[in-house]
Amino acid sequence: MKMMTKLLAASAIALTLGSAASAKTLVYCSEASPEGFDPALYTAGTTFDAASRTVYNRLVEFKHGSTEIEPGLAESWDISDDGKTYTFKLRPGVKFQTTDFFTPTRELNADDVIFSFERQLKSDNPWNKYVNGASWEYADGMGFPDLITSIEKVDDLTVKFTLSRPEAPFMADLAMDFASIMSKEYADKLEADGKTELLNQQPLGTGPFQFVAYQPDAVIRYQANPDYWAGKEKLDNLIFAITTDASVRAQKLQAGECQIMPYPNAADVASMQQNSDLTVLSQEGLNVAYLAYNTKIAPFDKVEVRKALNMAINKQAIVDAVFQGAATVAKNPIPPTMWSYNDAVKDDAYDPDAAKKMLSDAGVENLSMKIWAMPVSRPYMLNARRAAELMQADLQKIGVNAEIVSYEWGEYLSKSKAEDRDGAVMLGWTGDNGDPDNFLDTLLGCDAVGGNNRAQWCDKEFDDLVKKAKQASDQEQRAKFYEQAQVVFKEKAPWLTIDHSKVFMPMRKQVTGFVQDPLGYHRFDGVDIAE
Amino acid sequence: MSHIEAQEAAEGVGADIPTRRAKRSVRRQMLAEFWSYFSENRGALVGLVVFGLVVLIAFAAPLIAPHSPIAQNRDALLVPPFWQDGGSTAYLLGTDAVGRDILSRLIYGSQYSLFIGVLVVVIAVTVGIAVGLIAGYVGGWLDTAIMRVMDVILAFPSLLLALVLVAVLGPGLVNAMIAIALVLQPHFVRLTRASVMAEKQRDYVTAARVVGASPLRLMLVTILPNCLGPLIVQATLSFSNAILDAAALGFLGMGAQPPTPEWGTMLAEAREFILRAWWVVTFPGLAILITVLAINLVGDGLRDALDPKLKRS
Amino acid sequence: MQRFLLSRIAVLIPTFIGVSIVAFSFIRLLPGDPVQLMSGERVMAPERHAAIMHQLGYDRPIVIQYLDYLWGLLHGDFGTSIVTKRGVVGEFFTLFPATVELSLCAIVIAVALGIPAGVIAAAKRGSWFDQGVMGAALVGYSMPIFWWGLLLIILFSSVLKLTPVSGRIGYEFFFTNGTGFMLIDALASGQKGAFASAVSHLILPSVVLATIPLAVIARQTRSAMLEVLGEDYVRTARAKGLSTYRVIGLHALRNALIPVVTTIGLQVGVLLAGAILTESIFSWPGIGKWMVDSVFRRDYPVVQGGLLLIAMMIMIVNLVVDLLYGVINPRVRAR
Repeated sequence: MKMMTKLLAASAIALTLGSAASAKTLVYCSEASPEGFDPALYTAGTTFDAASRTVYNRLVEFKHGSTEIEPGLAESWDISDDGKTYTFKLRPGVKFQTTDFFTPTRELNADDVIFSFERQLKSDNPWNKYVNGASWEYADGMGFPDLITSIEKVDDLTVKFTLSRPEAPFMADLAMDFASIMSKEYADKLEADGKTELLNQQPLGTGPFQFVAYQPDAVIRYQANPDYWAGKEKLDNLIFAITTDASVRAQKLQAGECQIMPYPNAADVASMQQNSDLTVLSQEGLNVAYLAYNTKIAPFDKVEVRKALNMAINKQAIVDAVFQGAATVAKNPIPPTMWSYNDAVKDDAYDPDAAKKMLSDAGVENLSMKIWAMPVSRPYMLNARRAAELMQADLQKIGVNAEIVSYEWGEYLSKSKAEDRDGAVMLGWTGDNGDPDNFLDTLLGCDAVGGNNRAQWCDKEFDDLVKKAKQASDQEQRAKFYEQAQVVFKEKAPWLTIDHSKVFMPMRKQVTGFVQDPLGYHRFDGVDIAE
Repeated sequence: MSHIEAQEAAEGVGADIPTRRAKRSVRRQMLAEFWSYFSENRGALVGLVVFGLVVLIAFAAPLIAPHSPIAQNRDALLVPPFWQDGGSTAYLLGTDAVGRDILSRLIYGSQYSLFIGVLVVVIAVTVGIAVGLIAGYVGGWLDTAIMRVMDVILAFPSLLLALVLVAVLGPGLVNAMIAIALVLQPHFVRLTRASVMAEKQRDYVTAARVVGASPLRLMLVTILPNCLGPLIVQATLSFSNAILDAAALGFLGMGAQPPTPEWGTMLAEAREFILRAWWVVTFPGLAILITVLAINLVGDGLRDALDPKLKRS
Repeated sequence: MQRFLLSRIAVLIPTFIGVSIVAFSFIRLLPGDPVQLMSGERVMAPERHAAIMHQLGYDRPIVIQYLDYLWGLLHGDFGTSIVTKRGVVGEFFTLFPATVELSLCAIVIAVALGIPAGVIAAAKRGSWFDQGVMGAALVGYSMPIFWWGLLLIILFSSVLKLTPVSGRIGYEFFFTNGTGFMLIDALASGQKGAFASAVSHLILPSVVLATIPLAVIARQTRSAMLEVLGEDYVRTARAKGLSTYRVIGLHALRNALIPVVTTIGLQVGVLLAGAILTESIFSWPGIGKWMVDSVFRRDYPVVQGGLLLIAMMIMIVNLVVDLLYGVINPRVRAR
């Protein structure tokens, strides 16, 4: 036993010495500047990586590398039988970060939770308009002001949310970035000093890393939060080196100027995989690219026509040409990394002859159609025009004449919503919270016709299933409904599902413990770097 | 990047423009004199020969290119040039990331660069001369208004203005050319206007006016031919500028779109390979440099031959 | 002098209004709707869309919007980025020092090498030195600098490993509350190796950015020098037996430099245009890269405000050059 203590003491000394001599620093070549440091104001993943996943915690968190949730600042919770009341027990003894710009005097309590949400929900809250032109993109976009009737403090460590209706994805919503918990004490101090805008520039939370400094468009610095409730991180310093160009990121990684980078060029991946200094992780992204027919306009209102077109298009060729292998062909509207993905669904096989026959059986001759191709590169579709050209060539083979159209991006987005739109629209989606509802109901539900539902597709059977899934609070039961919905989707074929792009994460061999996140976050908790 | 400023070309404007001599033989003699000055300049001759070669290559592209510029050979990705290990004489300058022959792309690319240069200069020159003639000849508030508009255009860095214009119009080669023509044409307006103002006061113009020549005739037939010298020089410099700017826009992703074998766009696509395939980066840039250099050499020669002031010294 | 100054400023006012109209109309010429762009694929509820349109003032007549914009400009409000929600002026001035530092370095290189090269070339007209310098200048002048930058990165960063790939200073160094000028901050901080690190980061981008101004200045100096050397007073001085370099030093240089000063002034626009490319290649966090990024992010208020601020900078610099020219060359003032 004595021996043991000695050993421990020795290793403690070694540790301190080690950290004094060479602090462990990880440099991450990030892809863009964060929009700001208050995650609730923004929608970009870059901002979430830089602000919320480092500095903040939420009541519940996504499990590392998964879309399931686990306790975060809330240790446990209780959902009432009617699904309208959520009571959270907060974790005791959680300390806010102590930084150059703020020293907290108290630990996390219910007031912080209430503050974090009410500023987004109530227009009379003093923090509601603290940033010029601020809008609470997610809270508003997801209808939180209507959904949440009240948030009450039961005692210091108990908070009760009351909803206006049952909402099964609510727990997943609370793990999203806009639900990050801020320090009310810090906010009060900023308000007293008349420097409210600093909340968006010098973030302070309970998370694994604390903010040190930001040089716009260049560098963000963090250091490990020594008081982190889940234990101090192994890294001492974390640096985001903002490098917008993918090839420069690759050069910096190979030169050792940074140790890990996101979003390599598709063409660079192969050589990085061969480089013995690097490891390249890969995973399907939480996204889907699709071609949405307008199911309200003849002849695309006929299932057979849509099916025939789906069978005429060689999706593998598109994936090869556009992504050079960095994507997989999609058969379902949700990506394979998401729970309830129905792998039993069979995709419409590429078969031009059968497609041609099907089309003529449906009584459609000399079909002419428009294919809309996005003018911009998106993660789920790097080059829409190239994909559209391939589709055009495939359709030509079954006697369908396709014309490719495109508009300026903003115009494209708004024009494609019109219910009387002429043509099939290529578009895609990147998931927000890992809940299937965020794809299936958002993109294909009846309420979304004339909006996100670019296929203008309202199918009673499908809609019933996703609505039921939304009300049920048991995940297994929800999964059943969603699996069934995917079967209906494939039968009715409102879309040609094109691809799910793959996400690559190259890093130097010394980096350990990095886990790719299906939601596209880049999280550095748990990451270590060998000397 | 209009680093060649109007000012430089404008050196010839003003005092020393040869007075108009109507006779044809005199003209021919002037041409001969011009050629003798021009051909004295060895650099200009070399430039002219190289430029002639580029034009020849552009016209003969389908005949001399060993491969199609957009055909992808999936079995020959990033093949190095023939003299390196792993290179093949089938692809003299190697292939790019999707197996396209670089030499063929460069050969076809010359068509784009020349096309860009010619079209941009034609647009900028015609619009610039027309506007400049009007401003200089009519004068008054119209002149002031036109010159303020030109000041506005010149107040922006040309490449930035072109970049934003293209972003607004939509990325593409045609829009890039329009944008570049727009940012280059104030130089022509200023030059033409300055020459016209200087010429307007001369006796031969007054004489023509007294005889009853219409304003249009006066502007186009009487005055314009005497301002041509500096305009030709400026046009040559604009030609090389247009190629550079179009390549820069292509490089920034706002010019010609892939798979067009435009040199700047090729460079933009090649950027990701600078660490492992030097040839995809080196050759397109070299092609731009050689072409632009040749044109600038010709431009220098033209200026020296047309500018009596420098001739003296 | 005062009248000269006033007349120059008077010309600037209509130009400024024109520039503001150009910058303003760019954003309004766009076919798409700016609010839709903000939300991307996510469809906004019509009420929310209308509310934001109203909040941003896009639902009012275009002339009113312009006047409002102008009113804002006069109060120093150049708009708010739709991406960062921060003021355009604030962003501009946090990034501006990086561009100034880079441009100053480039202009110092260009002047320090260009003027002597031009003077010597003129003095030794026709020599191998003259021909070499003028040949090199013409190559520099024809250089696609984005390619030149890439070549230098390959050579110095990848092959020789002498300079870093991008950035302004090594990540081990950092300063709070600095001036934004890395060289000054590095010196002032007293951290060991910081200054060297800043210089090693700065050297390649400034060489690339200096290339074209260097070529232009060398050519301009040479031709201005040749002209002055042909003037009577210089010939007289030479006839009196003064050596060429004495003549240059005592008489010719000052007069030859007058057009060169204008040329240097004109290079400011060239530098800013070059900064767009140079900063993009080297990930240099300055306003050139900021503008390019904003164009690609479709952050139109930033494009609009940035365009205007940059145009104003150029106008001011041109004014200063004009005035300077007036000081060196009194003939201009009299006109």
